[in-house]
Amino acid sequence: MAGISLRGVEKHYGAVRVVHGIDLEIAHEEFVVLVGPSGCGKSTTLRMIAGLEDITGGEVRIGERVVNDLPPRKRNISMVFQNYALYPHMNVRDNLGFGLKIAGQSPAVIAQRVDEAAAILGLTDLLGRTPAELSGGQRQRVAMGRAIVRHPDAFLFDEPLSNLDAKLRGQMRAEIKKLHRQVRTTVVYVTHDQVEAMTLADRIVVMRDGYIEQVGTPMEVFNRPANTFVATFIGSPPMNLLEGRIEGGQVRLLSGEAVPVPARLAGRVVERQEVVLGIRPDDISPVGHGLGAAAEPADLTLTVSIAEPLGMESLIYTTIAGQEVQAKLYGPHILQPGEVLPFRLALERAHLFDARTGATLEVR
Amino acid sequence: MTALAPARPLKKRLQSTGLWLLTFVLMVIMCVPGLWVMLSAFRPNREILAKPPIWVPEALTLGNFAKIFGFGAEQVGIPVASYFANSMIIALTSTVIALIIGMAGGYAFARYRFRFKGGIFLGLMLFRAVPGIALSLPIFMVWSRLGLIDTKPGLIIIYVSLNVPFTVWLIDGFFRQIPMSLSEAAQVDGCTRWQAFWKIEFPLARSGIAAAGVFAFLTSWNEYALASQLTRSTDSKTLPVGLMDFTAQFTIDWAGMCAMAVIIIIPALIMTFLVQKHLIAGLTFGGVKG
Repeated sequence: MAGISLRGVEKHYGAVRVVHGIDLEIAHEEFVVLVGPSGCGKSTTLRMIAGLEDITGGEVRIGERVVNDLPPRKRNISMVFQNYALYPHMNVRDNLGFGLKIAGQSPAVIAQRVDEAAAILGLTDLLGRTPAELSGGQRQRVAMGRAIVRHPDAFLFDEPLSNLDAKLRGQMRAEIKKLHRQVRTTVVYVTHDQVEAMTLADRIVVMRDGYIEQVGTPMEVFNRPANTFVATFIGSPPMNLLEGRIEGGQVRLLSGEAVPVPARLAGRVVERQEVVLGIRPDDISPVGHGLGAAAEPADLTLTVSIAEPLGMESLIYTTIAGQEVQAKLYGPHILQPGEVLPFRLALERAHLFDARTGATLEVR
Repeated sequence: MTALAPARPLKKRLQSTGLWLLTFVLMVIMCVPGLWVMLSAFRPNREILAKPPIWVPEALTLGNFAKIFGFGAEQVGIPVASYFANSMIIALTSTVIALIIGMAGGYAFARYRFRFKGGIFLGLMLFRAVPGIALSLPIFMVWSRLGLIDTKPGLIIIYVSLNVPFTVWLIDGFFRQIPMSLSEAAQVDGCTRWQAFWKIEFPLARSGIAAAGVFAFLTSWNEYALASQLTRSTDSKTLPVGLMDFTAQFTIDWAGMCAMAVIIIIPALIMTFLVQKHLIAGLTFGGVKG
């Protein structure tokens, strides 16, 4: 049993604070993804768990042990690096077995565990090659193999897929998920790619500027974003944000148009409150071309500026109240720029945020 | 324009022929003295001194070598074997020390942040800019007080200080090419930082370290100016200094001198070939990373 627990963890480089006292409990066998834009402190946090960075303040526990002052080798974790960090002067077999050899395992045990890991990852035919003779995806698999042979308490992944092309990334994403199901070990995974976060995570930790913005399951983070940052960071294309003000039970947008306050939020707003209305592109569609019927429809007449056909759907750029907005059209239709159409907003899935703090107005 | 067109290839051909000729002449200028030394080492003295010169040797002999090492009928009173031993001991010891310091320093400059790092590095490089001979008088005075004149440690210390800036600089460059994450991966895999260095980073920087070692060895092996002032006897005289023993007041034993020069050149030549191989290996390592 080895969960990971961070309590008030801080990291300073001189006067620069990169992680501001974060708290996080990761359960045994849980797959947690730290996601955020570059410079948000996610990699630093991972490296503090690994022991590759000193912890300025707070406490990191792996299992029951406080590991703050333990070197990486005593933490019983393994790590997959962004550039794979395979040892160029060793073949795949020696790369996989290196950790076991250092730990003083007998050659028989090493060979057996290496073969086992190689079989799981489909590396059996490549054991004699050196890293230079492998493709990107194969190197990635060797890096993962090196992590699993040691049967560690936790796997740490530092942007492991960002050096791969899009197709391979999709494949490897699936393999990582499969691997986790097979070996059932706690995983902390760092990425800046929200698709990876959504598809892999049991729980997502969204970080910005050294703070945790929200922790939750992918669906929680997607459906109930804690603030405008999470709302725009998770989901692709990002959520549209429209500034406005509450007037007579309606959100009056900057240009004067108004849409009703979503029913579930009616009791959460006060008259004349400055708010931000958040609505995902999937919830704005030309009338009759959305996904299912809207429970709380609001109709606006909008002009198409650009339409990007993606096959079964099109991404539409239009403007609401002077702000560019993305909308979706389902079905294989072609729209022309300049077309004026009635659009329907599915308000039951819209969000309201406080304009000043950016925080959601939902009950939390 | 059309009239000029055929003229251009001709001009180009002339240009490249000219370049080849120039290169050839330069190579001849550089190589002939060396080849002449080699040749003379295997010829009897009278053939070397013949006038007009005998270009194609009529007799080749190993007598010159036998003579300077004290075998055979004719002997020369020069302790070549001791000089050779001195040279080896001094060059090898100073190289090993310069490499150890170079590895520690190069690793520190490549991997750690510390105060005055840039200044210290610049200082080391500027030290190389001072011609060694300019320091000979102060070194002589200090060494005589310390009793280091005509001792092997005296020369070793000087050669170490000549070589350290260079080995630090070269080895720093090689460590810089090795991604930090390799050592980190090794540490996560269970290594101490020390083990990670010896098992991962050292083997990868080995070509660079070998190259630095060969350069350091050659510097010490060939150095003449300072050694000639600081050595007196068979206790510390090195081969290049010993070469001058062949000049007496009225005669110069060219044959013996050339034989000895060959003995000096051979290890240097072997080392140079090693450098070539390792430098290429070191440079291509950087290319396949990724």
